[in-house]
Amino acid sequence: MTLEDKKQEIIEDFAIYDEWLDKYEYLIELGKSLEPFPEEKKTDDHLIKGCQSRVWLDAEKKDGRLWFKADSDAIITKGIISLLISVYSGRTPEEIAADDFGFVAEIGLKENLSPTRANGLVSMIDTIKKIAENG
Amino acid sequence: MSISEIRAKFPILDTKVYGKSLVYLDNAASAQRPVSVVRRWEQLVNSENANIHRAVHKLAADATEAYEQARDCVRDFINAASREEIVFTSGATASINLVAFSFGEAFIKPGDEVIVSVAEHHSNIVPWQMLCQRKNAVLKVLDIRENGELAIDELEKLISQRTKIVAISHISNVLGLVNPVQEIVRFCHSKNVPVLVDGAQGIVHETVDVQALDCDFYAFSGHKIYAATGTGVLYGKKRWLDQMPPYMGGGEMIHSVSFAGTTYAPLPGKFEAGTQNFNAVPTLIPAIEFVKACRSSQEVEEEQAKILDYVYTKLTNDNRVTLYGVPRGNKVPLFSFAVKGVHHEDLALILDKMGIATRSGQMCAEPLMDRLGVTGLLRISFAPYNTLDEARYFIECLHKAIGMLL
Ligand SMILES: Cc1ncc(COP(=O)(O)O)c(C=O)c1O
Repeated sequence: MTLEDKKQEIIEDFAIYDEWLDKYEYLIELGKSLEPFPEEKKTDDHLIKGCQSRVWLDAEKKDGRLWFKADSDAIITKGIISLLISVYSGRTPEEIAADDFGFVAEIGLKENLSPTRANGLVSMIDTIKKIAENG
Repeated sequence: MSISEIRAKFPILDTKVYGKSLVYLDNAASAQRPVSVVRRWEQLVNSENANIHRAVHKLAADATEAYEQARDCVRDFINAASREEIVFTSGATASINLVAFSFGEAFIKPGDEVIVSVAEHHSNIVPWQMLCQRKNAVLKVLDIRENGELAIDELEKLISQRTKIVAISHISNVLGLVNPVQEIVRFCHSKNVPVLVDGAQGIVHETVDVQALDCDFYAFSGHKIYAATGTGVLYGKKRWLDQMPPYMGGGEMIHSVSFAGTTYAPLPGKFEAGTQNFNAVPTLIPAIEFVKACRSSQEVEEEQAKILDYVYTKLTNDNRVTLYGVPRGNKVPLFSFAVKGVHHEDLALILDKMGIATRSGQMCAEPLMDRLGVTGLLRISFAPYNTLDEARYFIECLHKAIGMLL
């Protein structure tokens, strides 16, 4: 699936929920099913600042594509991470660097999560972008 | 005054958030403002706006009078011996910084000691740390017991000949327990050590009489007792304030200025440099009137007791929940707790979408979080406009949120 198609799919998935709590239920499920993050990589190098909750992110490059793994101690954040990973993992650095990450706002996550949380999300996106830009 | 009458004074309580009725349980961070405060604020801006203590014109005289009346009102509210002992600041943080600086300049020498407790707000830790760094002094820390009470029996071991001041909160913003400040003051005075009481939360829940308490300093913020933001009070005993140098220079804090040397204004002006928050400080008067009215209302007292009892029972009987600050006898309706297997921020986010404003995280008390071995907690704090029904709704929503997350 192309990056654009994947984003569209997530926007459509979210469109069915007009209740906030249903959106959260969905994110919680996503968070719970996120692939486990290697414990030994939960170091300060992998910790993303700006979150009230803690977020760890790790990137690996294989065959010219970036693969992300991440974790958080808070489950809703973990759900959001899971979304981002499903969109950006397995893409080329050029694809990711060229993306505007606008879909996060489109599904209402940036505005409606708590300000500290939104900042965490912003930091996470910034980190993904930076990794992509550094190829 | 009935609770429905009180609620009618706070238009913000009718707010809908995400389509739900707002249930505001973050009062310990900042309370809401009653219409009496907002009207007075507006009036000050619209009709009495001029810089105080300076010009001779009518508006300046009115503004100055309003400001100075607030000082009399605060003096009476906390029963200070004289109006000179009431210094206006921008809040509790500014009050504590003032003492840490000015008291420090006058009395702290290398090797001297300052004592705070592990349960303090950052505002009652960092100014003392800065002082100790500046003066090569030592910051010592009084611990708490497992139930959250201050380990005051350890104060005797901690205090020494070098101890110059003890700074302790009246009520911790996390634990919600009334500390035995009177006992602490009496003990410290027996060792000739003055005491600063951080009253940011204490002033909200307790009737404060600084003379009976005999503390040397008492600091609090206006915004937590329904007054305008950016207002704060430092009470200090005259004999200390007289010996302390000014914190900031400039404006009307002087007696005379020349390049040969400047002399300072008498108290309290010496500590009020620069243009003061004259649009906001007089709102302390209607705010204090409101506090007094709540304190004399039997309905409020009964409802608050019911809320305390109900929430306390629900939280302590739930084996998924760990409440921090347990002793029932000293408890005010401020509860911080953890839920096993659930992150505090997830709870706060879900409760928010149910209309409930709570606080999550470290609550400006990182050393206490470390002491408790947690990364953060969820806190709810009640005010006189909160009802038992809201407390019930909170518990119901908490159960739902935990259900979603586990
Ligand atoms: C115990 C305590 N001390 C100090 C403060 C600082 O108050 P302010 O931020 O109004 O200066 C607070 C407020 O959160 C508090 O709860």
